[in-house]
Amino acid sequence: MATHFFSDTKVLLGRSLRHIARSPDTIITVTITPIALMLLFVYVFGGAISTGTGNYVNYLLPGILLIAIASGIAYTAFRLFTDLQGGIFDRFHSMPIARSSVLWAHVITSLVANGLSLVIIVLVALLMGFRTPAGPLAWMGVAGILALFTLALTWVAVIAGLSAKSVDGAGGFSYPLIFLPFISSAFVPTDTMPGPVRAFAENQPVTAIVNTIQDLFAERPVGSGIWVALAWCVSALVVAYVLAMAAYRKRFP
Amino acid sequence: MATQQEPAPAIRVRGMEKSFKDLHVLRGVDFDVAQGSIYALLGSNGAGKTTIIRILSTLLRQDAGTASVNGFDVGTHPLAVRQSISLTGQFAAVDEILTGRENLVLVARLRHLAGPGGIADDALAQFNLADAGTRKVATYSGGMRRRLDIAMSLVGNPPVIFLDEPTTGLDPEARKDVWQVVRTLAGQGTTVVLTTQYLDEAEQLADRIGILHQGRIIADATLAGLKQLLPPARTEYVEKQPSLEDIFLAIIGNNAPGR
Repeated sequence: MATHFFSDTKVLLGRSLRHIARSPDTIITVTITPIALMLLFVYVFGGAISTGTGNYVNYLLPGILLIAIASGIAYTAFRLFTDLQGGIFDRFHSMPIARSSVLWAHVITSLVANGLSLVIIVLVALLMGFRTPAGPLAWMGVAGILALFTLALTWVAVIAGLSAKSVDGAGGFSYPLIFLPFISSAFVPTDTMPGPVRAFAENQPVTAIVNTIQDLFAERPVGSGIWVALAWCVSALVVAYVLAMAAYRKRFP
Repeated sequence: MATQQEPAPAIRVRGMEKSFKDLHVLRGVDFDVAQGSIYALLGSNGAGKTTIIRILSTLLRQDAGTASVNGFDVGTHPLAVRQSISLTGQFAAVDEILTGRENLVLVARLRHLAGPGGIADDALAQFNLADAGTRKVATYSGGMRRRLDIAMSLVGNPPVIFLDEPTTGLDPEARKDVWQVVRTLAGQGTTVVLTTQYLDEAEQLADRIGILHQGRIIADATLAGLKQLLPPARTEYVEKQPSLEDIFLAIIGNNAPGR
């Protein structure tokens, strides 16, 4: 079965990437809300928010990137759902290919599409005054954590795409994920939040990831926070992957 | 494959059963399809035609019974079955965003064939799609989409083709086009299994017709053979030859348990 895994995945990846190249709006729309939030928080609320850092765009950007990923993966669920509905998934499954390559092509496409969205957002942030002394190693660390976060959420999207009954269901799962950064250190420091909210905010994955990326961008030592961030990402990835495989086997016994 | 003296049937189904929760869709289906013939599975909506096709194309597992395609058991040798078959499902399984040619190249690549571009061009010419080959499939008419769908299924010349309601939703002209393709295929030695709820379609195309009703094949014969099943008393009132529609309704109506 695995004999053609890489060549089949390459062929199917080429197909999905063509989809993206032909509907660049799926990249653009993903960037609109995060960019609007960034404008809103920097130019409207920003003056009243005290983060203890001089540059609020620098503080804000990591959380904005996570919001972009959380909304971008909805397209992965949508593309998968469309393939299942249209029958092309069945066509691929009835062909002599490595079946797992069908899902992996969607997953890698998600990484590429979200990567493109993030590049656009970082460019806009640079225009708005984002500055970082980060060297290549820190940038690679940021890219690695964002890729891991995207991968974990993409497998969540695969679960949604495989088990959704309607297009709305395939996309709707991402709303709570988009909301998660708001109750974290992404927009404001957690120390002004009331007790229970603060407890939640400080112990949820987004805060650990945001703090790590902020540290990497600022070339500060990341401390043990990076391990907490990585642990969150890897555990989410493992759990989502296992559940996605279960959803797959339920659908294709 | 057929190494015996007698040509083995391209498809052999014995005692196939399948339930979805409480719904007992297939209750022991038996039939054979001879190599190079056209076999029509005829039945109303929900009779289980698609379920049989999905099991034979390894998309679904049967609860009981056996099925082999091109000599390979669907349960134990699914990959060999997939090498032997092509499925054209109820809805044209084409990629709307790609062009017609790109769709064909995609399938040729996934079948690991050499020269996918040439294969695609040949298929476009064969199915009168050469002019539309560089257009996105989203701009195609229903008939063109179905032609492309079938062309994609024929890439690599698999010996067995499943067509699940190939003409549902097509206008009469597009329907005739599909019929022509099916006849050409069978002429080349491809085994074709098609499901349909159109009785004239089975009458026009099939070498053999299986009537699926209440989870079983309740009649399995050539058109001539099915015509003999009609009670002779009935023919006295009918001027012309009975149509397959008459036979179908009569068989279903008169059939108590078993044959």
